[in-house]
Amino acid sequence: MKPVSTIEGRAYPLGLKNVDTDMIIAAAWLKTISRAGLGAGAFEALRREPGNVFDDPEYAGAPILIAGDNFGCGSSREHAAWAMLDRGITAVIAPSFSDIFSSNAFKNGMLAVVLPQEAIDRLIEVAKTDPIHIDLDNQTVTTPFQDRFVFEIDPFRKHCLGNGLDEVGLTLAMDAKISAYEQNVAADRPWVAGAVAA
Amino acid sequence: MTQARTLYEKIWDAHVVERRDDGTCLIYIDRHLVHEVTSPQAFEGLRAAGRPVRRPDLTLAVPDHNLPTTARVDAAGHRLPIADAESAGQLAALERNTAEFGVPYIDAVAERQGIVHVVGPEQGFTLPGCTLVCGDSHTAAHGALGALAFGIGTSEVEHVLATQTLLLKQSKSMEIRVDGTLGFGVSPKDVILAIVGRVGAAGGTGYVVEYTGSVIRDMSIEGRLSVSNMAIEHGARSGLIAPDERTFAYLKGRPMAPTGADWDAAVAWWKTLPTDQGARYDRVVILDAAEIAPNVTWGTSPEDVVPVTGIVPDPESFADASKREAAQKSLDYMGLSAGQRLQDVAVENIFIGSCTNSRIEDLRAAAAILRGRHIASGIKQALVVPGSGLVKRQAEAEGLDRVFTEAGFEWREPGCSACLGMNPDKVPAGERCASTSNRNFMGRQGPGARTHLVSPAMAAAAAVTGRLSDVRELMG
Ligand code: SF4
Repeated sequence: MKPVSTIEGRAYPLGLKNVDTDMIIAAAWLKTISRAGLGAGAFEALRREPGNVFDDPEYAGAPILIAGDNFGCGSSREHAAWAMLDRGITAVIAPSFSDIFSSNAFKNGMLAVVLPQEAIDRLIEVAKTDPIHIDLDNQTVTTPFQDRFVFEIDPFRKHCLGNGLDEVGLTLAMDAKISAYEQNVAADRPWVAGAVAA
Repeated sequence: MTQARTLYEKIWDAHVVERRDDGTCLIYIDRHLVHEVTSPQAFEGLRAAGRPVRRPDLTLAVPDHNLPTTARVDAAGHRLPIADAESAGQLAALERNTAEFGVPYIDAVAERQGIVHVVGPEQGFTLPGCTLVCGDSHTAAHGALGALAFGIGTSEVEHVLATQTLLLKQSKSMEIRVDGTLGFGVSPKDVILAIVGRVGAAGGTGYVVEYTGSVIRDMSIEGRLSVSNMAIEHGARSGLIAPDERTFAYLKGRPMAPTGADWDAAVAWWKTLPTDQGARYDRVVILDAAEIAPNVTWGTSPEDVVPVTGIVPDPESFADASKREAAQKSLDYMGLSAGQRLQDVAVENIFIGSCTNSRIEDLRAAAAILRGRHIASGIKQALVVPGSGLVKRQAEAEGLDRVFTEAGFEWREPGCSACLGMNPDKVPAGERCASTSNRNFMGRQGPGARTHLVSPAMAAAAAVTGRLSDVRELMG
């Protein structure tokens, strides 16, 4: 995964509360074989509404989404994070997230930034005309108008995101230990590996 | 003297690669089953990062969910196309991905093909004391052989493909003991339905369960597979059963099981696995076999279980408000009313199949009821779908296919079929199905479909009478 340090650009000023995973990507899209391409189905129901932010040329290609409470509630489908990333959204700022969504976002290198509602209100104002700047190292969200909001993030997740370490990458860094375990098993229980000859 | 440990703790301890300070462990995965629905994005992730599959030799892929169960080749032996383009795409992706990454693959038209949870035990891929995962929540089934088996999400599938490990926290342990002797006409499916009814759909959340007691001990491996299969329906990620002589006898000589000196060493280790005397479980639930009847579900959660001789419960009879509301919603969806006798409920569809009940013993149990009988005139569709090509061949060798077709059933190719609405086999909206599968969720067998979970013999009885019926009345 690409390391994250700063994300700068326009932000969709969505502001909606309880955006559920069905709204992010509907069940009909789950027969796909790819993480890529799901962007076409992202926010399908919302995009049917005239004047929605996703089809407003003002925000075309925005890397940030600003939303209300409880973002990503509903099912565990990882397709929700994939769909947003495929649309180019690499960070969401909201007052709260569902646990599963923030974990899925993290597993896919997407920033889920938690800020209080007052900050969200201000950022939505700014987002309508100007870019937003997210700095992971300093844990800040800033605007061209001297706004500066500090956010909290789990140190382990920050480390992983900042270094582009996905969980697979992290575990692969323990390769020597895994190999040592495999050697022990090969000696103690050789049939575990020997049995499979498909 | 070492501390007394449960079966679960012994398997866990044997698979710890590293223990972190916060208690999280890196756990080695011995066996990984792969199917077409939850794997494509995992392979794509590997490809994007330029990573190989670490241990293709511990991995086995087989298509099942999307496959139509109608003929797969024409008279000339040519493969028939799959009409649904997206299903075809997912199936083709599995074939491509397994070829690219060198993962052993059982082809859709191979005789060994079948439902992933039928194929694993049947091939001897599933072994006692192993950790086994699959991107599918019914992976718990493999616990019947004493494997620590559980379902995982797509990121975890990718993690296992790349590293052969998972980061996990140890679960709490629960013993579910079924003592006594099962009554006439009561099957393993009735046992697990009784357990789900007792523990509740979420009662096992956070636990790894071990099923014990004389009923489980006396049960065949196929029966045990039906029990462990539904562990997830009472919320448990895994449902273990201690390996014993029956387990070893079942596995011996299977294509992927160890042989020779390896077999002897394996059996010696497997014998050390059962829970020690004095080991503690965090929770114990005890059922009396004598109280288990042939069961049927009335609602849209697998916990909505009653004896077939019973009545549809009154939503008002539930103590908790959310359950009252859920029950009323269920009855509306199911088109049932409180107090109605289950045996008066007419069904239009019969489904005998799924990873819960599609093995040879299941088909024999259903055929025993159907022999010399015919499905009732109100039955619109009666499907019997063997769990694998090998089950199908065995059944045909025993003449069971003729018993089914003469009774008016359709004899199909192996796959998940009408267990879920992903392939062409579905139950039409508003119609009722007596089904041997494991989930009666709203829309599970197709939009608007009404599912009653039952055992294979009970499904056969419903086919003959055209309504939910007590199979004991049809048994000689
Ligand atoms: S038969 Fe049903 S429960 Fe079993 S793996 Fe297939 S879809 Fe899942």
